[in-house]
Amino acid sequence: MIEFKNVSKSYDKKTVVKNISFKVEKGELVVLIGLSGCGKTTLLRMINKLIKPTSGSIYIDGKNIEFTDEILLRRNIGYVIQQTGLFPHMTIRKNIEIIPRLQKMNPTKIAQNSIALMEMVGLDPKIYLDRYPSELSGGQQQRIGVARAFACDPDIILMDEPFSALDPITRCQLQDEMVGIQAKYKKTIVFVTHDMNEAIKLADKICIINNGDIQQFDTVETIMRDPANEFVTEFIGRNRIWSVPELIKIEDVMITDPICAPPELSVLKCIEKMRGNKIDHILITDKNRILLGILSAKKAQTCADKSVSASKIMNTEFISFTGGQSMTDALETVTKENMSTIPVLKGKELIGLVTRSSLLTAISQQYIGETEDKV
Amino acid sequence: MSFLKYFYENLGEIGSKSVEHLEMTLISIGMAVLIGVPLGILISYIKPLKKPVLGFANLVQALPSIALLGFFVPLFGIGEKPAIIMVIIYSLLPIIKNTTTGLINVNRETLDAARGIGMTRFQILIKVQMPLALPMIMSGIRIAAVTAVGLVTIAAFIGAGGLGFIIYSGIRTMNNFKILTGAIPACILALLVDGLAAIVEKLVTPACFKNKKKVKFNAEKQK
Repeated sequence: MIEFKNVSKSYDKKTVVKNISFKVEKGELVVLIGLSGCGKTTLLRMINKLIKPTSGSIYIDGKNIEFTDEILLRRNIGYVIQQTGLFPHMTIRKNIEIIPRLQKMNPTKIAQNSIALMEMVGLDPKIYLDRYPSELSGGQQQRIGVARAFACDPDIILMDEPFSALDPITRCQLQDEMVGIQAKYKKTIVFVTHDMNEAIKLADKICIINNGDIQQFDTVETIMRDPANEFVTEFIGRNRIWSVPELIKIEDVMITDPICAPPELSVLKCIEKMRGNKIDHILITDKNRILLGILSAKKAQTCADKSVSASKIMNTEFISFTGGQSMTDALETVTKENMSTIPVLKGKELIGLVTRSSLLTAISQQYIGETEDKV
Repeated sequence: MSFLKYFYENLGEIGSKSVEHLEMTLISIGMAVLIGVPLGILISYIKPLKKPVLGFANLVQALPSIALLGFFVPLFGIGEKPAIIMVIIYSLLPIIKNTTTGLINVNRETLDAARGIGMTRFQILIKVQMPLALPMIMSGIRIAAVTAVGLVTIAAFIGAGGLGFIIYSGIRTMNNFKILTGAIPACILALLVDGLAAIVEKLVTPACFKNKKKVKFNAEKQK
């Protein structure tokens, strides 16, 4: 666990980090994100004492790192930086094994470990271990960087824009692999980037920084759904949430006051009500808004005796959603089941309604909302 | 023809003087490396020292070598000793300069990574900076070595021996053949020392900087 307590850093008169406090829990991947020069890299480099804070202190597992030997500290923290972090004059093997060898660990263990690390990052140890970094592609070099960071099996790993110099496809691959590695090894990772997509993909929590100050520090979901201020909204992009529709909940897009009818209402009255509201399904609920069934206009029309109560002919077998399900679920169900009206329930109580047209309206909001903003 | 005959007749002397010459060159270059490289490392760490040290080395190089030898006679007497000291002083500049330049120009991100993964300053110097600066340092030593062969020739003026002795006595007796029997071996010796230094340079260059194609080819073959 890493904890920043009132940490500030200034160079001459310029303050780059302003009184920042935050906590990174064990096993969490936290992304520090912000514009260039916002202080995110400075924050990262304070964790392994490459930069000393002007004031405030940083605790790792409750210990103030100010009083920890910096060499020991760094050897227990993995460190990955942009491309050129590998030593060009050493083979891949030597690059990975440098710290274990300096620590005089058992040579056979080191060798086994290197093979395991290469497999972890998806490179064939037989082919690559004895090559030089210049013989590898940028993506492969970065994989080695990750492998080296894991070499001493540290609890904490710091990553400073490790993938930003790579082409989009390679970057994407590495991000995917990083997700897999993190799921398996559960390290505490602090990751610096300026790429919001990368942050969304990797982070458990995102820390948005501007002008040396934290704007918002929360889970990806909360930041997307509930940006703390104008800067965060701008930074993540007004309609960013649409790029991850899994984060949009049905309760955000449903119709909250659907047209209902009591079960004893006659079919004729139901038809009138549907016609009046221009809908083709009506929800039959009791006094406590417990959903009993759905009556479609088609069924009502074909019913011979229009004076019977709606409960007699309503459809009692229906698909329903809960408010917590995502919009992608809704889209999927609507398409797959060819349903136009799906009620949203909380227990048995009706809380809303999703229809094809309400989904369409929700989706179109991102475009219409944008044009309105411009005007 | 008569020159070749003269040359042949004096082969024994040429040989012994050449060995003397080479000996003085190698001793002074060795000493210059022992002094210059640490000095270069020092000034790459302690920046304020850089200007005075390099300035001094520059100044010494600007002094006429004969004048310097003259100064040394009352201090160190005559013979090999003052000659070797003079050559050492002259060789320092390229060695110091190339050492610091080599060390300073090592990629900053590479050094950052080295620091970040927990190497001590000394380990960074020995395992990262020095190997990466070595080609640069070697090229400085190579320049110094070739210059040294020429400088040792002048040292004959203060009785240091070497091939300069043959040239010097040739000048005094107005014997052109004698001058040539000293000058030609000196020239060959300079080329030889340069070649030797080139071989050493190749040996110490990290594998990543040389024969890139060859290494790549081998790697592909393995596939």
